[in-house]
Amino acid sequence: MTVEVSLRHRFEGFALDVDFTAPAGVTALFGKSGAGKTCVVQAVAGLLRPEAGRIMVAGRCLFDSAQGIDLPVHRRRLGYVFQDARLFPHMSVSGNLRYAARVRGRARDPREEARVVEMLGLGTLLERRPAGLSGGERQRVAIGRALLAAPDLLLLDEPLAALDEARKADILPYLERLRDDAGLPILFVSHAVSEVARLATTVVVLQEGRVIKSGPTAEILSDPEAAPAFGVRHAGAVLRGRLVAHHEDGLSELQTCGGRLFLPGVGGAVGDILRVRIRAQDVILSRAAPEGLSALNILKGRIASIRSGTGPGVMVRIACDEEHVLARVTRRSAEAMALAEGDEIHAIVKSVSVAQGDIGG
Amino acid sequence: MSGWLGAEGWAAVQLSLKVSVWATLLSLPFGIAVAWLLARKSFAGKQVLNGIVHLPLILPPVVTGYLLLLMLGRRAPVGAFLEETFGLVFAFRWTGAALAAAVMAFPLMVRAIRLAYEAVDPGLEEAAATLGAPRWRVFLTVTLPLILPGILTGAVLAFAKAMGEFGATITFVSAIPGRTQTLPSAIYGVLQVPGAEAQAMRLVIVSIAVAMGALVVSEILARRVSKRVAGQ
Repeated sequence: MTVEVSLRHRFEGFALDVDFTAPAGVTALFGKSGAGKTCVVQAVAGLLRPEAGRIMVAGRCLFDSAQGIDLPVHRRRLGYVFQDARLFPHMSVSGNLRYAARVRGRARDPREEARVVEMLGLGTLLERRPAGLSGGERQRVAIGRALLAAPDLLLLDEPLAALDEARKADILPYLERLRDDAGLPILFVSHAVSEVARLATTVVVLQEGRVIKSGPTAEILSDPEAAPAFGVRHAGAVLRGRLVAHHEDGLSELQTCGGRLFLPGVGGAVGDILRVRIRAQDVILSRAAPEGLSALNILKGRIASIRSGTGPGVMVRIACDEEHVLARVTRRSAEAMALAEGDEIHAIVKSVSVAQGDIGG
Repeated sequence: MSGWLGAEGWAAVQLSLKVSVWATLLSLPFGIAVAWLLARKSFAGKQVLNGIVHLPLILPPVVTGYLLLLMLGRRAPVGAFLEETFGLVFAFRWTGAALAAAVMAFPLMVRAIRLAYEAVDPGLEEAAATLGAPRWRVFLTVTLPLILPGILTGAVLAFAKAMGEFGATITFVSAIPGRTQTLPSAIYGVLQVPGAEAQAMRLVIVSIAVAMGALVVSEILARRVSKRVAGQ
């Protein structure tokens, strides 16, 4: 179940020229506002007709300018969750959920309905009207409505952007369940690195209408070349760690490729594999194994690459086994320490510097 | 009722109701279609269509009535064609009164429905399409229910306008008692006769009662419909 997208379209003062392949799982389309993310999703859904290109979803051709194929929106079998939910105000929540079955003249599937209602926690909302729902509830209903259309691909256009932090935290676990349970490819538009780190299996980085990087999440997030697109303050690698123990002092111990991490307030059972995002600016480098430090988390690795741009900072990518940590240090320190590729190095991460929201399945 | 109003007055009231109901019902599908074109489509000649629809609102009603007579009189090209092909005669018939009322009321109806279209978020229609609804289905399941309050308002406005239409009607179909004499033209006729003030007052009372009744019914309906649409 893969998605192949190749698009060319000119707007006034802006050109879209995008090629990427999304394997199964969650593919994040990442970029700043105006990078063309939503245009790509709209083109896939058929709401925007590109001048040229080809769109394949799960082996079906939805659009091919060369062959003159342009499937109308209602025959593309995609679930589209809009930023603003777009629930039908004149129908109850269950009316919204059953809309797709109704307009396709298909018998409802009560088991599938029950499964989606349970997964998204919609049981108590079914008789309510959209006007009476909170933003987070609306988004959950919108996701359920899209899922019950039995789509080949789910398109999520910044479904969290209109929500405050607390509501985001409410919805993220549902999206994770979607990724892990549904087995449905998802194309997810976001401009928040933390969401991408938590949800995506593949990242496509867009800038000014072009793909500048794409690949597995861990690889792209730890790629110093891609760091400017995420913003130097937000850039950071994702590490996988196995939960080894919950200690009595409130810290949980994670075994990662580079060593042990001690993190506060981590949920999950011993043995679980977690993703931990470490922001590049929260990492300190040391040549010698540090002693007498208050920081608990020290990871050991080798310098894989160093990238300096025009600013005063440089991005250092540290490899440990298959995974990477990204560190941002000043150019002055990098020169003083004579950092070079292949050097052995210690990355010091203060335990408090690992943000809660970035920890997830 | 016919005793109190007199046979002629009662006939005028009945005729006016019949004319207004038909004028409203028959123009409604056209009103919905034209309002959709004006609200949602861009095409060459849109301003011309808009102008033609609004013309009866700004022209003196006598002029509109006279233009109808020129086009649809029994010897006029369109009128003769309609009579030969469909056996449909407008001039000096109640059908003509209904047509004149419909033409005069049309701009009010279109304006109300057009506003309702413009208040519907096209994003909802896009969402319906992504869920598998073809265009006509989107219209029936999303657009139409959402513009229902506007349609209702437009219909009531058109009905009220048709009940009160005088100038175009009397010019196009005259005021033949029992055939084309509507309530307003009956009142006007009675006022020309010295000493018939009591009869005129009775017709005026009926006129006010019908108008108020229509308004109250439409308010109640509109409140119910918009509650349902707003989802409360």
